[in-house]
Amino acid sequence: MASRIVSLKVNGQNEEFIVGALTSLQDILRDTLNYTSVKEGCRQGGCGSCSVIIDGELRLSCLTPVQEVDGSEVTTLEGLNQSNSIAALQQQFIDKYAAQCGFCTPGMMVAIQALLDRNPNPSRDEITEGLAGNICRCTGYLPIIKAVEGVVAEMSGASGD
Amino acid sequence: MSKLRGTGFAAVNYPTGMHLGGDPTQSLVHATTSGNFVVTMSSVDLGQGLKTILAQIAAETLGVPLDTVIVDTGDTDTGPHCTGTFASRTTHRAGNAVIMAAAEARQAMLEVAAEKLEVSVEDLETDGQGNIHVKGVEEKAISVAETAGAAHFELGKTISGRGIFLKTPSPMDPETGESDPDSTQAHACTVAEVEVDTETGNVEVLGFKSAYEVGQQVNPALVKGQIVGGAWMGMGHALQETTAPYYPAIDHAPGDFQSYVMPGAADMPSVECEVLEIASRNGPFGAKGVGEMVTNSPIPAIVNAINNALGVRITRIPVTPEVVLRALDEKAANAT
Repeated sequence: MASRIVSLKVNGQNEEFIVGALTSLQDILRDTLNYTSVKEGCRQGGCGSCSVIIDGELRLSCLTPVQEVDGSEVTTLEGLNQSNSIAALQQQFIDKYAAQCGFCTPGMMVAIQALLDRNPNPSRDEITEGLAGNICRCTGYLPIIKAVEGVVAEMSGASGD
Repeated sequence: MSKLRGTGFAAVNYPTGMHLGGDPTQSLVHATTSGNFVVTMSSVDLGQGLKTILAQIAAETLGVPLDTVIVDTGDTDTGPHCTGTFASRTTHRAGNAVIMAAAEARQAMLEVAAEKLEVSVEDLETDGQGNIHVKGVEEKAISVAETAGAAHFELGKTISGRGIFLKTPSPMDPETGESDPDSTQAHACTVAEVEVDTETGNVEVLGFKSAYEVGQQVNPALVKGQIVGGAWMGMGHALQETTAPYYPAIDHAPGDFQSYVMPGAADMPSVECEVLEIASRNGPFGAKGVGEMVTNSPIPAIVNAINNALGVRITRIPVTPEVVLRALDEKAANAT
């Protein structure tokens, strides 16, 4: 595979790039488009800090060649932030003290959003399964799990359950 | 083959800070023109919440609102010296330095306010809401913002303060071995409960129950955050994490997060903790260090719980499934 032109819709914006065969989506998002919430943790698919949503699916941007997702819609934490769809989750992260150093936090939030998109009322086991691909080195996970449970409780309360 | 449960405990006596060749942290505090206060440090916030804690300590000492204090840290080229964030030392060292600097800045602030109000400094007090007033006469007042403005533009004074905490060197006495290595000691006890699968060697931690004696808590939410995070780190160290190869060839050393395995979100058991506050004599408002011992007590508690479950005596970490199975083999061999 040689270099070619790839089009993506990133956080609602149409973008076009000339990319090499194995240029990763992470490099494009961080270095070309400056979406620095896409953290560079291990670049081996092991930490989840580069998590993004591609066409509704949670994906690791470090292991995703851009050429393979030509024509896709990509959402990073910046996109979720612009649409304000994660305001409740952000508030829960503050209230439950779910971030310490903060390096895993953007990837965590994207993974949680992807979980809630496909399952708005996850059980505790479903929450921990949803976080299985994301490493946090500081918090011991329990505050993050509580933050997700807090959002779920708020959402079900708002719908009159 | 079965699943066996065990309980173990471990107690920790944990020193705050060290002395080496002398262990200092310095702090500078100054008021801006608008009456905010900047606390300049080289001490580093790793995410444990140091900036919050130092802002709390500065606000309390200055007598001003928390949200008017800005903590500027992290540039060791330009900031006042700090030995670093380690040895559970930073709240203790930096906190003491901030108290000293903020007290001097408060005195300078009150001197300006006294001049403006034409009263003596001893008659003034702060309300913690951004005002300075004459004791018992709340109408006779000046805001901190006005005071800072007057210092800058009318009186030509700075509102600033300098602080240092120094743990002096304490060389070991060659005759007795005595030295004074730390400043204060925190204490903890953790009880861990585990379930060991004797077929696979896998260990599941079922729960932690801990008591931590940390001196006066500056920020209880941050203390709890350290305790829960430390429990998780302890699980990783006790059961999984090692950079040594599992098998003799160096090629088998873990090189990524698929082979350097840590506990995940699903592995976290409940972490119950009681925090006891017995103030230290030399910590800021009586605080001690809590950062590291929260990882120290869970590790031997888990290993002791495994030993209790299996009737073996494992003394090395991590206790991987292989270590568990070898210990069971050895026990069986010794029994015959």
